[in-house]
Order: sequence, then structure tokens, then C-alpha cells
Amino acid sequence: MVDGGAGGRFARTRWEPVAISLGAIGLTGLVGAVLLLAGGFDPLAAAAAMVRGSVGSWDVFVSITLVRSVPLILTGLAVALAFRAGVWNIGAEGQLYAGAVAAAGVGLAGGGLPAVLLVPAVLCAALAAGAAWAVLPMLMRVRLGVGEVITTILMNFVGIHMAAYMVHGPLQESRGVFPQTDAIAEAARLPPLLPGTRLHVGFAVAALLALGMTVFLHRSRAGFRIRAVGASPEAAHVSGRIDARRVLVGCFLVSGAVAGLAGGVEVAGVTHALYEDLSPGWGYTAIAVALLAGLEPLGVLVTGLLFGALQAGAGAMQRDAGIPAAWVGVVEALVILAVLGLDRLRRTGGRVLPGIRIGGGGGA
Amino acid sequence: MTEAELSLFLEASVRLGIPLALAALGETISERSGVINIGLEGSIIAGALGGALGALAFGSAGLGVLTGAAAGMLVAAVFAAFAVGLGADQIITGTAVTLGGLGMTGAVYQARFGATGTELSLPTLQALPLPFLERIPLVGSALFAQAPTAYVAYVLAPMLWYWLFRTPAGLELRAVGEAPDAAKAAGVRVRRVRFLATLVGGVLAGVAGAHLALAHAGTFAENMSAGKGFIAIAVVVLGRWNPLLVLGAALFFGAASALQFFLQALGFDLPYQLFLALPYLLTLAALGGWVGRARAPAALAIPWESE
Repeated sequence: MVDGGAGGRFARTRWEPVAISLGAIGLTGLVGAVLLLAGGFDPLAAAAAMVRGSVGSWDVFVSITLVRSVPLILTGLAVALAFRAGVWNIGAEGQLYAGAVAAAGVGLAGGGLPAVLLVPAVLCAALAAGAAWAVLPMLMRVRLGVGEVITTILMNFVGIHMAAYMVHGPLQESRGVFPQTDAIAEAARLPPLLPGTRLHVGFAVAALLALGMTVFLHRSRAGFRIRAVGASPEAAHVSGRIDARRVLVGCFLVSGAVAGLAGGVEVAGVTHALYEDLSPGWGYTAIAVALLAGLEPLGVLVTGLLFGALQAGAGAMQRDAGIPAAWVGVVEALVILAVLGLDRLRRTGGRVLPGIRIGGGGGA
Repeated sequence: MTEAELSLFLEASVRLGIPLALAALGETISERSGVINIGLEGSIIAGALGGALGALAFGSAGLGVLTGAAAGMLVAAVFAAFAVGLGADQIITGTAVTLGGLGMTGAVYQARFGATGTELSLPTLQALPLPFLERIPLVGSALFAQAPTAYVAYVLAPMLWYWLFRTPAGLELRAVGEAPDAAKAAGVRVRRVRFLATLVGGVLAGVAGAHLALAHAGTFAENMSAGKGFIAIAVVVLGRWNPLLVLGAALFFGAASALQFFLQALGFDLPYQLFLALPYLLTLAALGGWVGRARAPAALAIPWESE
């Protein structure tokens, strides 16, 4: 843990996680460049296109990179909170879709309401739906002892198909031609954050949430309990003062809610309608975002931006350097592996990731 | 349901169950050694692309299966290097390997065949009906008029069972998955066993992927593995880490997937997308209903370090 694990505070400096993150970025760049060269592409042209497409101008940065970073920051926070508590929620993708469906449903139905009521209603619906999508895996873990890794992944597929069903069925646009919903009510849309750009207040919501979670994790009793359970549920339980199961249930549901919020914010802030391929896998990218941030909420703000830039730049990379956009998945994988590898190689002292103690969590 | 319809349904069940069976049998071996490989999905998609490219290059579907197996093993080797070699967390490593596998195959495919995805036309694995056996009423054509990869799964399941439970090497593997420290004290090389077991899992996942591309679709499509790696991991749990039961569980899930086509063919007016969600829901239900009585290898998913 970054500063929570017993002894961790003494064994290491607070800058070590930052060093690991920077090292991971460097390694990723190096290995990525070698792989691009091997594939017959020019890494320098790729990097140039990526920079142009993500931070090439103020407008590109605000309207593309910042906008793309919002769902990544929110899902990244969801994953960070869950992993902190030892909950292996790989289900942010499905929870995001559940939130998006609920937000679109409320945004379509609530046409008569004023924005001051409708916008909060849309976001609350997204939060609730995301949490609801986490209920089944959560119950299976605490009641039946079925590990959440596989169940949350399975729920992702169910969520994606459920959203597809919605846009082909009950929520399909009124002409019944395209697989999408009608545009949600004007009053359901998130207002712009910077006038004249595409940046919406969802970015402020994500940033405030990151701040709030930091304070909560490091300054509150509940945050201490989460860090204690994540470090060692047995020890937390034996201490007699922490109900590990309650912490686990709470973190599981809140993590689902925050991932659901990501879907709601995307619908209300960017697309203004539900599409079946709304997310290009943000819920999975979120794992890279959270790990690179050392599971620190404020760090997620930074790494979410970084991955937002990566996704924004991928389009330009494909256009200008001919590198397939699917390459982004490889970069994400390299980042995760680099963080894991550096963390393991450091060895002495604490570790960046909370206790590796899922014992059979994945299988049964 | 007429007998002809039933035998078509059974045939589809087996056809859809085979890739799950192959991947799940491999995963059984790696999980018995204490390694849960969530990167299985990455090995399957790599096997599919590797199989497609190999079949194109050599003009032979059979050689395509071999290149697919090699691609699956390569991906599993990356996983094993981190999860076994470095002792990194298996779940996170596996997630990364799946992301990377899907991304890499997508990128290679787009680079080679264009972003629009021109339809690839591949040499396909033809069904190989077995004489006599295919004439068994009802189940004969379902079980014994399949692609050769199906017979690999049939033969492998009892062989792996025997190897796991009746040979000293199988005992060593299980010991590594149950009590690695004790196994080490008895002279077993824990890391090597886990590494090799993971590679075997990758080979079989690669064959499963090649089967998808060469026996099912006759083409490659991005993300064509569609979560089969994750379902295969659930199948291992349902089959209680026993190769024979795992084969049965995989065929059961093949039937669940075949049910969607079958009910549609019978004219049940349920939305297509809900049918697509059905196998995942059934997997969840089965995990919830059955898993309570199953016991995973004690050291599953716990990285091992020699002191």
C-alpha cells in the first residue's frame, strides 16, 4: 500500500510510487517503440502524431483529450477504490453500460422537468444502476464464496448485450432505424464547463470526486478501515474493530456506482444518446489507469488524463502514421505489466499494490 | 422437436463446446499447478489470428492449428514470465495479457488486411466423420462428424485425467498447486512446474482459437474470442478441476450457446441480444449453484516465492 500497510510507512519514501509510475511510462515507451519498429512503423512519426492529436492545440487538448479523460478518470476511481479494499472488480465496463442505459432512460423520460432537477436525477440513476450491476457479483462473493473476478467479467458481457437490446428494442429512436436512442432532453444534458468547447461539467465532477476520495481514504475512519481490510482482511477481522464484510460490501457497491456514473456522465455530457458501442473498453483501460496511479485517487486524475491523451492521440496516429487504433490496447497492457514488473523488482519494503491475498478468489 | 432437429441441435452443441473444452482443459492443468490464467482470452484470440495467418501462409488448415498453438503459447509465456517468473499478481497480469492480446491481434489484423476488415477466406478444417461411430443413432453425427480438433479434446480429457491422478508427475503438479512449500521441500521445482503448466494451457487455448477461426468461421474477426476465455475459466470451476467433468461442463455450455440458435429457429420471438447474453447468465447461475461444493487448489492464484 502506498502508506497504509503495516511497516510500509517506514520501509519506503512517498515518492517511490511516483518513481515506479514514471519508470513504467518510460519502459512502455521503449518496448512500444521496439514493437512498432518490428511491425514496420516509424515510432517517431507515431509519437509526433500522438502529441499533435492530444495536446497539439488548446482546442484539441480541451475538447478531445480532457473530454476523453472523463470516463477514464471515473472508472479509474471505481477500480482504485475496489482494489484498495481487496475487491477485484473487473466489471467497470458492464457497470458503466448499466449507468449509461439508466441515464438515457431518465433523460428521455424526464423531458418536462427543469435542468436543476433532471441533471441530478440522471446522474443519480446512473449511480444507482452501476451499483445495482455490482449487486449480483457482490452477493455471490459474500454469500456463496464465488470469487468476483469471473462474475464481474461475465456481468460485463451481460451489460453490453443489455445495452444493445435497449437500443434495438425498448429505447430505440422513434423512427426505429438506427441502433441508438433519441437525443435526451435538453434539460438532462450536462452544461459546458468552458464555453465554446466540448468540455462539460462532468470533468469537474470527476476531479472533485478524486479529491473527495483522497480525503476520505486518508483522513477518515472509514478510509482507514478500507485500507486496513485491503492490506489484510484477516488482521482487520482479528483486531475485532473492523467488520471486513461490511467494508467489502460497501466498496463493491460504491465502486459499481462510480463506474455507472461514468456511463451516465458520458451520455449526459457527450453523446446525448445511448449507443451500443458507447465505450471502447474504458472499464478495462480503467485498470491500467488505477494501477499506474498506485491506486491513489489524485493519481488517477493524472493517469486518467494521460490515457485520455493516449486515446485522443490514437485517432491521429491512425490517420497520420497508419498505425491501427487497436494498438492502444497493447500500450495499456504494457503499462500494467511495467508497473507490475517494477513493483516486483523493487521487492524490499512495502509494495505499491495492496495485499496480494485473494487465495482462490478468481477460481472459486 | 423432431429427431432431425434434435440431432442438429446436438451437433451445434458439440461444435460450440469444443473450443471451450480445449481452452478449459488447458486451464485445468495450469490451475491445478496453482496458476489462474485470466489471460486465457488473450491466448485464444492470438491462436485465432495465428491460426488464420498460418493457414494462409502454408495453405493448410492443419498447419494453421499448429501456428495457432504456437501463438497461444507465446502469449501464455508472457503471462508466465510475470505471474510465475516475477511472482506478480495473477489476476492483474492476466487482465493485462488479455488486453494486450486483443489489442495486438487487432493491430496486426488491421495492419495486414486494412481497417475495414476485408473478409478473409481461409482454408478451413473440414469435418472428419469417423467410420462406424458416426452412425450411432442421434449422438453419432453430433460427436463423431466434427473437425479433427474435437477428437483432440475427446482423447485429451481422459489422458489428462490419468496423468493428473495416476502418475507421479501429475501428483507433483497437484502438490505444487496445493502446497508449494511442501512440494519444494520434496524436491519439486515449483516455478518450473507452474511455468510449464501455464504454457500447456496456452497451447490448448491457442488450438481453441485456431478452431474458432478455421473450423467455425473460416475467417478471422477482431475480438472473435468474445469472452470464451472467461467462460472457459468458469467451466473449469464447474468441472471441479477434473478433466473429465470439465469436458462435460464445456459440452453443456456448448448446448447453452446452441440453444439460442435453436430457440430462434423454432420461432420463439425473443430478442437476439438477450440470446447473446444467455451463455453468460447461465455461467453465472451455474457458478452460483454449483461452486459451493467445489474446492479450488489451495494455492490457486497465490504467487510463490522461495525463501
